Amino acid sequence: MFQHDRLNNEITLFQKIKNLDYILLISVILLSVLSIVVMYSTDGGEILFHTKNHFVKLAVFFPLMIFVAFFNIKFWHNFSYIIYFIVILLLVYVSFFGIKSSGSQRWMDLYLFVLQPSELMKVAIIMCLAKYFHRLKIENVNSFTSITIVLSIIIIPIIFVISQPDLGTSILIALSGLIILWLGGMKIKYFIYSFITFLISLPFIISFLKPYQKLRILTFLDPDRDPLGAGYQIIQSKIAIGSGGLNGKGFLKGTQSYLDFLPEKHTDFIFTLFSEEFGFIGSVGLLILYSIIIFRIIRIGAISRSNFARLFCFGYAFAIFIYIIVNLSMVLGLLPIVGSPLPIMSYGGSSMLATMIGFGIVLSAKINHKQMIA
Amino acid sequence: MIKSNSGIRKTDVINRRMFIIGAAKVVVFTGIIARLFSLQINENKKYLTLSDKNRIREWKLPPTRGNIVDYFGNVIAGNLKVYQLHIIPEQVENFNYLLVRLKNLLNLSDKRIARINKLKAELKPWDSIIVSENLSWSQFVKINNYLYDLVGVKPVMTISRNYPFNDVYTHVLGYVSQPNEQEILENEIIQERFVPGMKIGKLGLEKRLENYLIGTNAIQRYEVNAYGKRINQLEHQKGVQGSKIRLTVDTEIQKACGELLNEKAGSISVMDIYTGDIIAMYSSPSYNPNLFLFGISQDEWQLIRNNPLKPLINKTLSGLYSPGSTIKPIVALSALENKVIDTKFKVKCTGKMELYGQTFHCWKEKGHGWVSLKNAMKQSCDTYFYEVARLLGVDRLKITAEKFGLGKKVLGEYFDNEKKGLFPNTKWKKNNLGKGWVLGETLITGIGQGYTQTTPLQLCMMTAQIANGGFAVKPKIIVDSNPISYEDAKQSMESGLLFDTDSEELLDKKLFKNQKNIKIVQEAMFASTNERFGTSYKSRIDDPRYQFAGKTGTAQVKRISKRERELDLELEQIPYKDRDHALYVAYGPYVNPRYALSIIVEHGGSGSKAAAPIAKKLFKLIIDRHDLRNKQSNFERITV
Repeated sequence: MFQHDRLNNEITLFQKIKNLDYILLISVILLSVLSIVVMYSTDGGEILFHTKNHFVKLAVFFPLMIFVAFFNIKFWHNFSYIIYFIVILLLVYVSFFGIKSSGSQRWMDLYLFVLQPSELMKVAIIMCLAKYFHRLKIENVNSFTSITIVLSIIIIPIIFVISQPDLGTSILIALSGLIILWLGGMKIKYFIYSFITFLISLPFIISFLKPYQKLRILTFLDPDRDPLGAGYQIIQSKIAIGSGGLNGKGFLKGTQSYLDFLPEKHTDFIFTLFSEEFGFIGSVGLLILYSIIIFRIIRIGAISRSNFARLFCFGYAFAIFIYIIVNLSMVLGLLPIVGSPLPIMSYGGSSMLATMIGFGIVLSAKINHKQMIA
Repeated sequence: MIKSNSGIRKTDVINRRMFIIGAAKVVVFTGIIARLFSLQINENKKYLTLSDKNRIREWKLPPTRGNIVDYFGNVIAGNLKVYQLHIIPEQVENFNYLLVRLKNLLNLSDKRIARINKLKAELKPWDSIIVSENLSWSQFVKINNYLYDLVGVKPVMTISRNYPFNDVYTHVLGYVSQPNEQEILENEIIQERFVPGMKIGKLGLEKRLENYLIGTNAIQRYEVNAYGKRINQLEHQKGVQGSKIRLTVDTEIQKACGELLNEKAGSISVMDIYTGDIIAMYSSPSYNPNLFLFGISQDEWQLIRNNPLKPLINKTLSGLYSPGSTIKPIVALSALENKVIDTKFKVKCTGKMELYGQTFHCWKEKGHGWVSLKNAMKQSCDTYFYEVARLLGVDRLKITAEKFGLGKKVLGEYFDNEKKGLFPNTKWKKNNLGKGWVLGETLITGIGQGYTQTTPLQLCMMTAQIANGGFAVKPKIIVDSNPISYEDAKQSMESGLLFDTDSEELLDKKLFKNQKNIKIVQEAMFASTNERFGTSYKSRIDDPRYQFAGKTGTAQVKRISKRERELDLELEQIPYKDRDHALYVAYGPYVNPRYALSIIVEHGGSGSKAAAPIAKKLFKLIIDRHDLRNKQSNFERITV
């Protein structure tokens, strides 16, 4: 039995291609095509800067995903700590030499494109913690040492990201990390206690927030307090979505976006434009597409023989879910505005790179789902 | 084995916990979809409205004012196409070059250039700047010829108020101009319809009838982007032109009045004695209201303002004059009504009358001898009227004068600059001057001097009411929705009743106690014009078709000193300011009278020399146009 598994190490390229998850792959392709279509609409129905760049990024990162998939899941297991460490180094680099833009320092210039290491950390932290829990004996999960170690793994990148400052991404990183802790078997009461502690300390946390962050929370609670200033984005977003109706205003006919009432329509508010033009039916369709992707990732996790692959897939599925929920809640006025892109749909190279690498590792887990990892 | 056991246990934990998370995910996704449903399906209408509010912006265009026409339908205040020049800054390549070119082409002043630069800084780049509000046709052609070189310039055709008869109707119509802040705030309709560049009535009927004339805005809807820039034009909603208003005036007569008073200060009013229609109402000198449309230049304004003949004052309504001898018909009537005198009553005129040591002079130094009412009126004997006034007393005189419209506004509801004048009595003096009435004041009141102040229109109405047999008329300048024909008016008057179209009531409009008395006064006025030695005998017309009856008046503007009386200076020898005002009131034709008029020539000298001859020229025209006017009375009914 073990013998047979070891032989699987040597599966051929043909078998790898055959073993790819085609439902996931087709869903990702569909999403990519859709994202280009929507990007074309943000450019006002012309192939301009955003459409071109988005297409180029997809054309580079989609093959990259397949490339990542062809590495054995064991390889990714082995390199998980190193990848985490490298991303930490990038975060350190960025905090000293990063490019500043609109008040925060998150990017590094790689000539071809500008990289945001914090986006990569969203995937790296899942890999790192998946590996840690994979190796950790179930009896030791709740030991003091292990809790200290996993919390450090989560907190160290968050410190860097929060100081950029980038609250949105750090929350997403934290949630991605915490889900592995949950899946790994950490006592439920710890989660309950920390949640209660969090609620109690919330007022103190808020008092530490930067003024603009406080403003965002106030605006979320009452967008009409400053309809042309802080509340503008959320009000315009709700108008766009609400005016879409059942069928939407039609492709390239979204007046809110076409007439520039929508802010950030290429990035965080891409769903708003989509929803305005394609309506309730289109929006639910998009959510179904995302659900298929999430479901497929969970299924791959479920059939994976190694706990690393399982933890990564479950964790990554949750992370994708969280990205979508945070982004949608934000544009629907259910959460304060925190910068968080919609996977694949939003314009932005680093986010797409990280997402595609994640998909790649999931596909690698699929190809090698019978692979045991010691 | 232990290891693999632990691995399986771990897998179980992971799977179990994944299941919990999975369930949570379904719940959260459902929540998101519910939110989408609530926004897009339940509240779709609300957000659709908000989205339209975002993207659709309305531009109001200035409304087109209603025309004002004369009795015959001639437009006296209309609208004219004007050519304007706009610059759209965002389309201009080189703004300074453009300004230099335009400056040369249109001879723009440096001040204007500075103003354009200031506007450019204030406005959004896609908002147009009006360079010139009213281009002449040659300028417009010139601009169009050079248009290839003037990128960003837009010649525009628009509509502006126009007064085709220039200064003929200024004091009736007033004029329009840009409203000031207070005028916008005071009138809700203006406030609602105001757009930059819109003009409102500033004076006269243009101001009084603003709410009828204004019209509604045309509305252009544009789709705009978040910065307010127009992207697409949507539907265009046409405005409704303001109401057309028909006046009772006759442009031919009005024009003639202007010509007759040319280079004189004064006023002529003509009224239909039965319907009260004002046929003409001219105050001289007038000024051109078209000058105010696009902002009057400082030089032109100073010229009007500093003219010693005071063109800005509407003398017909706000000029206050002593009526002089034109009051005598009322004095005579009052005395007859109060049975103080009869036709046989005579007074000996010696040229002056002594009262408590004060001398009251008749205009004729040698005196008229024994005079009766008819002769006294005919020759305008002052002594006779001193005596009549003394016998009558000022209080009884005032009652009659007031009945005939003195001391009251004639057209009060239409013109805010109308004055009500003054007719004194003992009580008035006590209340206002705190002094007791002196008998000498009764005497001079009897010849229309002293405290009495009347407007030319009051005198015209007074004459009209004598002419129609002593019935009250309701003067009007706007043709009613239900105009009463003169026959109806006459009939109802003579039956003693008049139908008031406003209150829809039959009113007793009889102003006399005994109609015979009116007849006596009418005959005396006839004699004054048509019999030898009458004061206006020289201005008579013998043709019974045009024959009229009238009364001259000469109102002193200052007390005549003894020395001056002895000198008996010719008019030209007296300084302009000190010359008497010449007055004349008349009605005609004498048989079946139809029209009454009043003429005042400021500082014109004597009424018989300066005012009566004007009446002679005017009456021919008025009577000649009578048939035309009669035919016109069933002309389309235009209402306010």
